[in-house]
Amino acid sequence: MNPIRKKRLYLIGMMVAGIGVAAWLALNAFDENLMFFFSPSEIAEGKAPTGHPFRVGGLVSNNSVKRKPDGLTTAFDVTDNAETVTVEYTGILPDLFREGQGIVALGQLNESGIFVASEVLAKHDENYMPPEVADSLKTAHDEGVNEMQQQVSVQ
Amino acid sequence: MGSPRYFYNVAGKMIPWFAISFLLTLIAGIYYGLFVAPPDYQQGESYRIMYIHVPAAWMSMFIYMVMAAAGLISLVWRIKITEITIISSASVGASFTFLALVTGSLWGKPMWGTWWVWDARLTSELLLLFLYLGIIALYSAIEDKRVAARAISILALVGVVNIPIIHYSVEWWNTLHQTSSVTMTGKQAMSTSMLIPLLLMGISFKLYYGAVVLMRARAEVLERDRNTRWVRELVEGEMK
Repeated sequence: MNPIRKKRLYLIGMMVAGIGVAAWLALNAFDENLMFFFSPSEIAEGKAPTGHPFRVGGLVSNNSVKRKPDGLTTAFDVTDNAETVTVEYTGILPDLFREGQGIVALGQLNESGIFVASEVLAKHDENYMPPEVADSLKTAHDEGVNEMQQQVSVQ
Repeated sequence: MGSPRYFYNVAGKMIPWFAISFLLTLIAGIYYGLFVAPPDYQQGESYRIMYIHVPAAWMSMFIYMVMAAAGLISLVWRIKITEITIISSASVGASFTFLALVTGSLWGKPMWGTWWVWDARLTSELLLLFLYLGIIALYSAIEDKRVAARAISILALVGVVNIPIIHYSVEWWNTLHQTSSVTMTGKQAMSTSMLIPLLLMGISFKLYYGAVVLMRARAEVLERDRNTRWVRELVEGEMK
């Protein structure tokens, strides 16, 4: 490679590396703000902002969905399998909303620690499978749980 | 190989092969994707929009990386053909980015409950669309096309930092967008019967890009060399 080309290549390398470092620093500085939602554990640690709305994300706990008598308000627990936050929402829930499903809710914590949401979005995970496969996975899972319970009761 | 005339002739011979294989894989991919692949256990039939969305999003990043690589070669070695590759790819890349954003939005409304959120994945992909549009605008704003090519080479290289950000956004930050279902290594999150049409569509979109970028590059070569003898002879030959 002749010296001029070598110099150009070197300069371009420096430029791209410089921009890469600058972007990395900027993204690190903005880290908290780039988080789309906070997990219940982060809220328990006090990392979530107070005084303005933020989003909480996690799984809807099983058997936690309760509908209020007005027919529109729903209360449910959101968990990350460590901490839990109770969410209250008035409005229409997305199609994918169900127990065990990941959701993201936008709102604020009230004095009693209940997260009052103004928007609830369903979060889809990366798993795609036909219904039969999902069924057989669930059956296998249930059988596994039963076996373990039996083993425990035998002991 | 760098000679525009040689490129013009070779590209002309390659286009039909790209076009035919594009059509064959497209028909196979759409047929398997829409009729053979089973419905999803949660999303039912609506998940099938991913057969357009995911390959379009792959292409939006792939084309940008091709442009950045061509930009590097153009700046260091000053090769005309790579300069032409950048600008010929830009509008194809912009179209794929737009397609990925629109199909994602159409899927987001029923599944997430919203057309758009400002999470890291969606925002960085939108930034990619603006980068493409910026490259196209910058190229057409500069009269001297060799200077214009150098300017867009630099812009393409500056913007390439956005590509790893788009790719890893779903892992680095909490996003509403799900993480990748298809990875080069390790766990497979999608059942094989759904994955095969997706990969077919991915190949098909790449072949489409191959065909279109060659067509556009040929036109650009003619435009740039319009005052040379070989183009004049070519045009005179066509007119006879």
